[in-house]
Amino acid sequence: MCSYIVEKARLIGTAKGPNSRWMRVDTANVYYDHPYEAQLDHALCVDFVCEADGGRERVAIEISRESALELIERIKAALASGDVSHANAAACSLKGSQADLAALF
Amino acid sequence: MSYPGLVADTIKFRGHNGDTGDAYYARPTAPAKVPGVVLIHHMPGWDEWIMEATRKLAHHGFATISPHLYFREGPGSPDDVGARVRAAGGVADDQVVGDAKGAAAYLRAQPNANGKVGVIGYCSGGRHAFLTAAKAPDDFNALVDCWGGNVVVDDPKALNDKRPVAPIDLADKIKCPILGIFGNDDENPNKDQVNRTEAVLKKLGKNYAFHRYDNAGHAFFNAARVAYRPEQAADGWAKVFDFFHKYLG
Repeated sequence: MCSYIVEKARLIGTAKGPNSRWMRVDTANVYYDHPYEAQLDHALCVDFVCEADGGRERVAIEISRESALELIERIKAALASGDVSHANAAACSLKGSQADLAALF
Repeated sequence: MSYPGLVADTIKFRGHNGDTGDAYYARPTAPAKVPGVVLIHHMPGWDEWIMEATRKLAHHGFATISPHLYFREGPGSPDDVGARVRAAGGVADDQVVGDAKGAAAYLRAQPNANGKVGVIGYCSGGRHAFLTAAKAPDDFNALVDCWGGNVVVDDPKALNDKRPVAPIDLADKIKCPILGIFGNDDENPNKDQVNRTEAVLKKLGKNYAFHRYDNAGHAFFNAARVAYRPEQAADGWAKVFDFFHKYLG
C-alpha cells in the first residue's frame, strides 16, 4: 500500500537475531504494507528497535496477516496460562512458607 | 544483432540542498548521444530490483540514474535504512524533488547526454515522479508513473509537513507527456483513483496515456515478487520504452 502508516508500541525487553548479540529494545514499529523480503503481497511487519540507543539496529519480522492474527492469539494464550501457573506457584510457595513456620513454632 | 553493452556503477551525485549521496547509474556504452532517465525507487528502498530496472532501461538505450533517496540515513543495508526512514514517517516531498533534479543534472552533465531527461517511478516512486514533473517542469521531458499511490489523497490526514500537497492538485504544472501504468487489482491506487487522476489530466488537456492491466495488482513488474505478472509486465515495459524513445529520442 505504501501507506507510511506506522504504529509504535513502547516495550521493555531484549531482542536477538541470527549471529548477533542481544540488544535492548524499547519500541516496536508495526506496519501492514509491502514487505521487503517475504514473498507476500502485504505483510504484517515489526521492527524491534531501541530508540534510546539511536534506533539504527533492528530485529525484524515480516509475516502474513493470518500469521499475525495467530501470533496475537498465541501471545494472549501464553500470557494467560503463564499468569495462572505463576499464581499457583506463588500460592504453593506461600503455603510452603506457612508450613515451615508452623513446624518451627 | 549484438547485445548492447552497458556499464553500471554506484556514483556520487548532488541532491537536494547540495547534499552528496549515492546513486546507481547505468548507461549504454555505444558511442552515441543518449537520452537520460531518472528512476525513483519504491518505498521499501533502493533494493536489488531497482538496480535491475535501472540496468533494464540502460539496456534499452537510456542512461539511467536511480538516486538513493534514503542516503541521508547513513550507511547500512537498504532494508534497514528503509525501515528507519519509514519509522520516521518517510522522506519529505521537497527533498525527493531536489534529489531528482540533482540526478537529472548529473545526467545532462555527461558527455554522451542528448539533453533530454525523463522521470519514472514505481509505487511511492510513481507518486514522487508525478510530483517531480509538477514541481520541476523545466527539468523533465517525459513522466512515467507506475502505480503511484496517493497521487489522489482521499484522507486529509495523509497530508502533513513532509507531504503537504496532494500531487493531483499540482497536475496543472506538468508540462511534459505522461504515461501511466496501473494494475486493476491494485488497492493504492485503486481503479477509482486512477480514473479520477485521468479525469483531471483530461480536463487540463495534458498529453497523457494510461494503461490498465487486468489480473495485475501493485508492483507487477517486479520479477522477484509474488505480484509479478509476466505478460502484463512485458507489455507494460514495452510501452515504457516506446514512450521514452518517442519523447526523449
